[in-house]
Amino acid sequence: MGDGPRATEARLLVGAVLITSAAGVLLGWSRSSELPPAALVTGIAMAAIATVAHLTVRVPAPDADPILLPIAFLLNGLGLVFVQRVDLATGSELAAAQAVWTAVSVGIFCALLLFLREVRVLARLQYTFGLLTIVLLLSPLIPGLTAGVINGAQLWIDVFGLRFQPGEIAKLTMVVFLAAYLERNRALLSVATQRIGPVLLPAPRHLAPLLVATGAALVIMAGLRDLGSALLFFGAFLAMLYVATGRLAYPVLGIFAFAIGATVAYQLFGHVRVRVSIWLDPWADVAGSSYQLVQSLFALATGGLTGTGLGFGRPQDVPFSATDAIFVVIGEELGLLGATAVLLLYLTIAMRGLKIAQTARDEFSTLLATGLTVLIAFQTFVIIGGLTRLVPLTGITLPFVSYGGSSLLSNYLLIALLLRISDESRAAVLGRSTHHGPGRPRA
Amino acid sequence: MNRQLGRIGAMVLVLFGALFVNLNVITLLQADELANHPANRRVIIREYAIERGPIVVGEEAIARSVPTEGGQYRYLRTYPEPELYAHITGYYSIVLQRSGLERALNEELTGRTTEVVAQNLGELLGGAQRPGNAVELTIDRRAQEAARDALAGREGAVVAIDPTTGAVLASYANPSFDPNPLSSHDTREINEAWAPLRDDPDRPLVDRATGELYPPGSAFKVIVAAAALEAGDDPSRTFPNEATFDVPQTTQNISNAGRVRCGEGDEVTLQTGFRRSCNTVFARLGLELGDDVLAAQAEAFGFNRTPPLELPVAASRIPLDQDVPATAQSAIGQRDVQASVLHMAMVAATVANGGQLLRPHLVQTVRGPDGAILRGPDIGRWEEPPADGRPVSPRTAQQLRSLMIDAVTGPGATGGSAAIEGIEGGGKTGTAQTAPGARPVAWFIGFAGDDVAVAVAVPDADGGGGAIAAPVARAVMTAAIRD
Repeated sequence: MGDGPRATEARLLVGAVLITSAAGVLLGWSRSSELPPAALVTGIAMAAIATVAHLTVRVPAPDADPILLPIAFLLNGLGLVFVQRVDLATGSELAAAQAVWTAVSVGIFCALLLFLREVRVLARLQYTFGLLTIVLLLSPLIPGLTAGVINGAQLWIDVFGLRFQPGEIAKLTMVVFLAAYLERNRALLSVATQRIGPVLLPAPRHLAPLLVATGAALVIMAGLRDLGSALLFFGAFLAMLYVATGRLAYPVLGIFAFAIGATVAYQLFGHVRVRVSIWLDPWADVAGSSYQLVQSLFALATGGLTGTGLGFGRPQDVPFSATDAIFVVIGEELGLLGATAVLLLYLTIAMRGLKIAQTARDEFSTLLATGLTVLIAFQTFVIIGGLTRLVPLTGITLPFVSYGGSSLLSNYLLIALLLRISDESRAAVLGRSTHHGPGRPRA
Repeated sequence: MNRQLGRIGAMVLVLFGALFVNLNVITLLQADELANHPANRRVIIREYAIERGPIVVGEEAIARSVPTEGGQYRYLRTYPEPELYAHITGYYSIVLQRSGLERALNEELTGRTTEVVAQNLGELLGGAQRPGNAVELTIDRRAQEAARDALAGREGAVVAIDPTTGAVLASYANPSFDPNPLSSHDTREINEAWAPLRDDPDRPLVDRATGELYPPGSAFKVIVAAAALEAGDDPSRTFPNEATFDVPQTTQNISNAGRVRCGEGDEVTLQTGFRRSCNTVFARLGLELGDDVLAAQAEAFGFNRTPPLELPVAASRIPLDQDVPATAQSAIGQRDVQASVLHMAMVAATVANGGQLLRPHLVQTVRGPDGAILRGPDIGRWEEPPADGRPVSPRTAQQLRSLMIDAVTGPGATGGSAAIEGIEGGGKTGTAQTAPGARPVAWFIGFAGDDVAVAVAVPDADGGGGAIAAPVARAVMTAAIRD
């Protein structure tokens, strides 16, 4: 296979496919001693998709990070097996759709890498992305497009019979917009001229567009009762602002503003109060509002250190076990060891992402990589922390693992952008041409 | 920018570290607490997915698991003869957990340890769907039925023991209950059956054979006589014949039943006193022996300790330090002396087998699903230091045996109605007062050859031990005698 990042990636992909296939076989054996053919399908399909993805990456991004794609693939494969697992328990039929979504997502992932040869192109379209974000966020309200209220929130649209959550993509477009805006106004935002109490802030006119755009996005997400997305997005925003300006005052003020916002939301919205009371005392209403959290804790406790074994848990007892709560199914059947392995995969993505941000060629790329990385890391934290009662539970997906096409697609796109950025910086070091136009070099 | 990125990296590490620590807390530290939480059905659903082994008497299952149609619990526990065996089997309930042998032998019946049930590792390692083990009991169906029939609906308890092994042949307590609705899969049905049982003033959930203590009354004279014989007395030793014994240091004197003298003559032998159950003789004897010797002999017979039966048993009691009036009362089995029916049957068995206090047991064999014997009966002396399971010498046991045979067959014997034709049987009656004016506890403890030893207690009886308890004992012993 040779040396270099792509050879490493190929070897890791083989490992990811092997682990996925083994998990599929184990799941099959948990049901019958004769292996059903379906148990092998997952492995074969994943091998095919991995081959396509890897061969594609070799062409437009030969020097890209070799770790991210195999990790995404492994998580995706485990997700497929565990969605199958939930299907077996509940009688749902989600696995086939998730497999199709995997193929579609990887296809679009390849297309993005092939067509977006230069990440700076995105920076020039910053206001387009800003507008796109708002449109995407509002699209579930458009009659004829909307899929209606599902689980208490109106977040989905129906396109050609496929259910899609545009908010997942909006998170990416918003981060692109922010990266471009922050790069351009970085110097102005770093200079403090106004004093509010003990805190020095830049002139309002430099902050205004940022606050308006971010505020609008947050208000829309909160209005659509997508608190999870709002939280993630706000976290990514603060991280990018901090990296861009180097001023700790921003995240501190942000957290302060978050506290005020949370208090207001607590007063205004009944569902927020319910979430908080479940978090504070899940044992008050075990059969009602805190059923999901309590069942999650029971499932994890049942799994113990080594788990019940694949196929021997009770995912049917945990609501939303294929989507929001899939981590709990992994924890029950693979135990603390399996759950920790999954955590480490996400941590590796986060660390590689920050490394890519650090070595990126220009400020836009650094900010973009930061936002994307914080997005995926924070999302992982919020959902796993919610299911384990570390923080109040909000319903969001576990990246790559949860059932859901929009989430899978947006996470693959996120990885594609990180790969693109890493390829450009490595190429620059190696002196390879990537048609790089004028950009602001990193500070 | 690198400094900021480093700090963000540190932040991510802290957040993920918190997730990891929290996961450890849930899966390891809180695992037991969460597994046992009343709202957690997981462990119980797993357990109910196992075909629990039957509890067998003779050839018939008195508790067995039958597959259900649908529903989240795969097997339903049923009890074909519920009232007859309820206090032995107990119930197996999704709400009330388990009781009786269902609880005591849970690991044998499920065929795996509780931890394995919880984690389902058994299915992974040992192949799926292995049924549990069958538990065969020492219970003799005819003796058990005879106990129920002879009590004829009266409150009371009967325990019969094989004196050569300690095997429990019958253990029946009335009132009883139906464990079937308590073992239902329907929470409402369980609760509707449970509430009246729990609140019933007749306390049908209490196993009067093992879990309840009664003053043994004159049945305790077996142990007092044992202490005297062990101290060197002879059954022919004489005592003054009187209707009332003037107990020192108190105005509460002790009289014989009916306030009559103990037969003819100025003097009366120990044997006659035993046969006629004369309180004057035994109160005098008790004071002569002293509280220490009495308590020591009772403890040698297992008082103040819990017999090692598979079921929970209340420990019989005797105070270690008593003043003179209390000692006199203890010597006739009153006041602070309390015994379980099971324990008194063990005392009778000890006399019948020549002086060995054996471990009582209900389990004859535990068989795997393939029929292989995994465990046999737990036969042996009840040795629990300092007690060696030999409360009396073989000679004393022989003398006690003769005394008890005389108390059933001799002239003026109190236990005459327990006599079985053609069998060398013996016994001792008891009629214990519980409170002034209250109806007594009627007792009979005895044996038939070395086939069976028995104890019967009927509280709130409308008669004495000889009239009420002895016929019950006779019926049960007759049923238990080997063909």
